[in-house]
Amino acid sequence: MVFLGGQVLPGNVGRAILGPFADQRAVDALNHSLGVDRPLLVQYWSWISNFVQGDMGTSYIFRSPVAPFVIDALGNSLKLAAVAFVLVVPIGILGGVVAALNLNRPLDRIISLGGLSVTVLPEFVTGIILILIFGVWLRWLPISAAWPKDAGFFTQLYYLILPALPLFLVLFGYIARMARSGMIEALDSDYTRTAVLKGLPWRTVIWRHVLRNALMPTITVIATQTGYLIGGLVVIETLFRYQGIGSLIFTAARGKDFPMLESGILTIGIVYAVATLIADFLYSVLNPRIRLGAEQ
Amino acid sequence: MSAVQTTSAPDDTRRRGPLAEVVFSLLRSRTFLVGIAIVLFWVVCAFFGEHFAPYDPLADDIINALSPPSSEHWFGTDQIGRDVFSRVIVGSRDILTVAPLATLLATVAGTALGLLTGYFRGIVDDIVSRILEAFMAIPVVIVALLAIVALGTSKTTVIIVIGLSFAPIIARTVRSAVLAERELDYVAAAQLRHESAFHTMFVEILPNVIPPILVETTVRLGYAIFAVATLSFMGFGIQPPSPDWGLSISSNYGMIGGGFWWTVLFDALAIASLVIGVNLAADGVHGAFND
Repeated sequence: MVFLGGQVLPGNVGRAILGPFADQRAVDALNHSLGVDRPLLVQYWSWISNFVQGDMGTSYIFRSPVAPFVIDALGNSLKLAAVAFVLVVPIGILGGVVAALNLNRPLDRIISLGGLSVTVLPEFVTGIILILIFGVWLRWLPISAAWPKDAGFFTQLYYLILPALPLFLVLFGYIARMARSGMIEALDSDYTRTAVLKGLPWRTVIWRHVLRNALMPTITVIATQTGYLIGGLVVIETLFRYQGIGSLIFTAARGKDFPMLESGILTIGIVYAVATLIADFLYSVLNPRIRLGAEQ
Repeated sequence: MSAVQTTSAPDDTRRRGPLAEVVFSLLRSRTFLVGIAIVLFWVVCAFFGEHFAPYDPLADDIINALSPPSSEHWFGTDQIGRDVFSRVIVGSRDILTVAPLATLLATVAGTALGLLTGYFRGIVDDIVSRILEAFMAIPVVIVALLAIVALGTSKTTVIIVIGLSFAPIIARTVRSAVLAERELDYVAAAQLRHESAFHTMFVEILPNVIPPILVETTVRLGYAIFAVATLSFMGFGIQPPSPDWGLSISSNYGMIGGGFWWTVLFDALAIASLVIGVNLAADGVHGAFND
């Protein structure tokens, strides 16, 4: 399973990115008559080999190399995504665990229904409502993510809370739901019953036996949500006028700036592949069966 | 999950037919009733909205632009004086045309692909499944961006993009249901009768995998509305002067800092209610087929 996930998924992502790319090159060639006489594969090859060497081409709009834009934007997006992730992973898991431990009680209902409702809403809808509440009516948080120049870490964080919240809400439901169903399954299992019957304290049973098994599917979900998160970033960065990779792609697509668009998307593909790899790694750390194999 | 559904679907004749059984349990599900009530409300608005909207949703009135909610304009007016209440009512039309059509396309394409991969297995399954997985790995928004750059903006593009993005997910569900189904005796019987593969797939197997397809379709409809709303907010797909909710938000949210909350809040709430309504209904359908 881990082998499949590690080998096939990133491979697929690569190919997934290549598919639309070929189209873009075709459109590109048509619209801009740049290197149209060369076969598609040759164009593609020269572009990809340049990309690997760090040369992402020249932006049609800015008439300057693409790479600095992409790197800046990626840094900004990672900051935003990091804020959302740091918030959502512990809170989401906690929510799911608390819901499972209070199965079918009001607390479980509130967490499950609330999580489900916020998960199905588009980010820009929750984003707009949050802006209205915290930015316009309460005036607690800035409504744009563009912080003043030379802002320190905490000022940047302050500006990032509101954009991170819609991402948080969408992811919260998924993570909490997975954690909840994982917990329910683990609580119901034979090894949990054995641990309880052995006379272990409830706290130990939860921490050592239930949680580790319950969280494995959750980690897979978190990893697959990175793909979703990237889509969400495009929307959120547009809504909050934040100079991230999402808004970079968006602007590039609108301006038909193909080198920028392609580099942005390929960068996202790489980030996605890396995220999948990290998830596989975490999965094997948490999975006692794999660790047991390593010890032998 | 889906395998369980298909095998538990009753094929013997009961006092109430299986369909009546499902309808009966749907009507008892509060989740479903609340959801379908919300959805029906918006469907009525989509069809007959202009008959009971107080103003023409497209008529501007510059003198009364950006006036806050009042007894005259319940939800206020937007930046060129159009009545927000009327726009919200009529705004359900485009999203309720595009999203169901996209879902339909996804269901038809996904069912066909799922039947093919599940029935033939082997190399057909391997190749098609890998391609589908590759599709699923890219976020819809990114696919849409590329498609719109390549094909231009139109409702048709949106329907195709969302339909094709969701088809692999439906295909996966159908495939796993078909894999369980093809081991059953009636499939073997059809094969022994030398029925064509097409006949076996579409006449013999398909009716038996309808329940998981229906469940998946209702769930996908919720996501399709999510996606259509997002794309029109991004400026792809539904175009001005349509009073579409996502589009209205995108043209008005720039002024949000000025305190003109009524120009976006009601559209946002409308999207929220529709999405939650569809998801509640989907949840009810899911429950009805699994009981």
